[in-house]
Amino acid sequence: MTDAAHAAGPIPKAPRKSLGAWALDVLIWGGVLMLLVYSVGDVDLGNIGKLFSNAESTQTFARELLRPDFTDWRIFVEKMWETIQIALWGTFIAVFAAVPMGLAAARNVSPVWVVTPVRWLMNLLRSIPDLVIGLLFVVAVGLGPLPGVLAIALNTAGVLAKLFSEAVESIDKGPVEGVRATGATKLHEIVWGVIPQVAPLWTSFALYRFESNSRSATVLGLIGAGGIGQVLFDRMNAFDFRDVSAIVVVVVIAVTLIDMLSQAMRKRLL
Amino acid sequence: MNSSAASPAPGPLVAGLVMARDVSKTFGSRKALDGVSLSVAAGEMVALIGPSGSGKSTLLRSITGLQTIDAGSGQIDVFGVCVQKNGRTTGAVRAARQKLGMIFQQFNLVGRLSLFSNVMLGALGRLPGWRGLLGVWPGADKTRAMAALHRVGVADYAAQRANTLSGGQQQRGAIARALVQGAKGILADEPVASLDPVSARKVMELLVELNRRDGLGVIITLHQVDYAIRYCDRVIALKAGKVVYDGPSTSLDTKQLIDIYGPEFEDAFWETKA
Repeated sequence: MTDAAHAAGPIPKAPRKSLGAWALDVLIWGGVLMLLVYSVGDVDLGNIGKLFSNAESTQTFARELLRPDFTDWRIFVEKMWETIQIALWGTFIAVFAAVPMGLAAARNVSPVWVVTPVRWLMNLLRSIPDLVIGLLFVVAVGLGPLPGVLAIALNTAGVLAKLFSEAVESIDKGPVEGVRATGATKLHEIVWGVIPQVAPLWTSFALYRFESNSRSATVLGLIGAGGIGQVLFDRMNAFDFRDVSAIVVVVVIAVTLIDMLSQAMRKRLL
Repeated sequence: MNSSAASPAPGPLVAGLVMARDVSKTFGSRKALDGVSLSVAAGEMVALIGPSGSGKSTLLRSITGLQTIDAGSGQIDVFGVCVQKNGRTTGAVRAARQKLGMIFQQFNLVGRLSLFSNVMLGALGRLPGWRGLLGVWPGADKTRAMAALHRVGVADYAAQRANTLSGGQQQRGAIARALVQGAKGILADEPVASLDPVSARKVMELLVELNRRDGLGVIITLHQVDYAIRYCDRVIALKAGKVVYDGPSTSLDTKQLIDIYGPEFEDAFWETKA
């Protein structure tokens, strides 16, 4: 379709960045820089020297940490296992909730009057940190793993629903029309036209969240939501730094193993 | 599928495949269809031709209700049942789709499902909800799917994922899906535009065979005028959303083609000028 008439005349100039675009760049990066400088005092950056001037306490602390005490290893492993179980159930419940929410929040599947309220709900779930939700559930159902499970489930449901809906919005609409043209119902279209297209991505997202949830579940223990975190917090308060060190080793090994396992699973999927 | 379809029965009034009256469709400020009226009888083989953007695909997509037409007096009937009226699809559109196999330029199979599963989806319209949702296909339908795949010549690839197959194989799978639907008519939207000439001929011959032997009505949009003339008895030409020719393919002459495509009409031939 190249037309000889279009090729005649002088060669047009290459496009140039406009003055407005330059000004915007300067404004944005300059603003970030100013914000950083302004915040130096407020975050006590001047105190960084204490890390070294307080050498004596840092040294005892470091010395203790370098000699992990594994006498209680049974408890640590058992509690680590509990943390993983919290992450597992939390993620499972979240996936269950995120599938309908993700479909309901996708513009190419659901009408606007469904999409908008579901997105609000998703944003709300995501905007409350799981630590805060956990605290609320500790008050409601008491100390132990259950508040951890519920906190992870709610927060992750919001995150996964958003990721799921974005995956649905980027599908190819051709196969869906192909299914629709056979006289299928809307539900058939979703099950046979949409889900097969997003299944690998959804599974990958869910596995990834399970990985990061096993880290979150550790932290949740600090507020009394069960698992290894609770033990960590107790030993820390008792200045048992050698125990703390052993617990950290257990956590690092467990989280690394989960990372490797889920990465291997995701690789097989895509 | 039924043997009595060989000749269009003159006795009782057989409702036509498609009846469109005064159909318009506007995208933004552009009129894709501008007061199109046409009627196609049950066993006809009709080519819809015209330059790109003339409204061929829009018309086909409107007939099967994948697209709504403008509100107003426009109406589309399929097998005597109204599927679109006053800018909305009616409740009858799903039943009508089931009777119409739709073939797309990009095949529109679900890539990650096996060819067999894709063809089974043709049965969705007539199965009770839960069976279709869980993929618990009745044995008779499975046999039917394999027979359809065998007939179009791709039964060997039944277990393969659709996206591992060539374009020609996928398109034949799409035709098998229409067969499993038990379609009484086929709408084909540029079915050969993404295929190499050899696969294209196979697909066209398959559609002709379904028309002649099974008595299926076929409406097919084509880029290639030579294909329209060679394979179809009747040609309907659209230009800027209006019907500019409707008659036997044999009486399309150079003057009319210039009318439809402009002086460079020979570009619209794929192989050689007929």
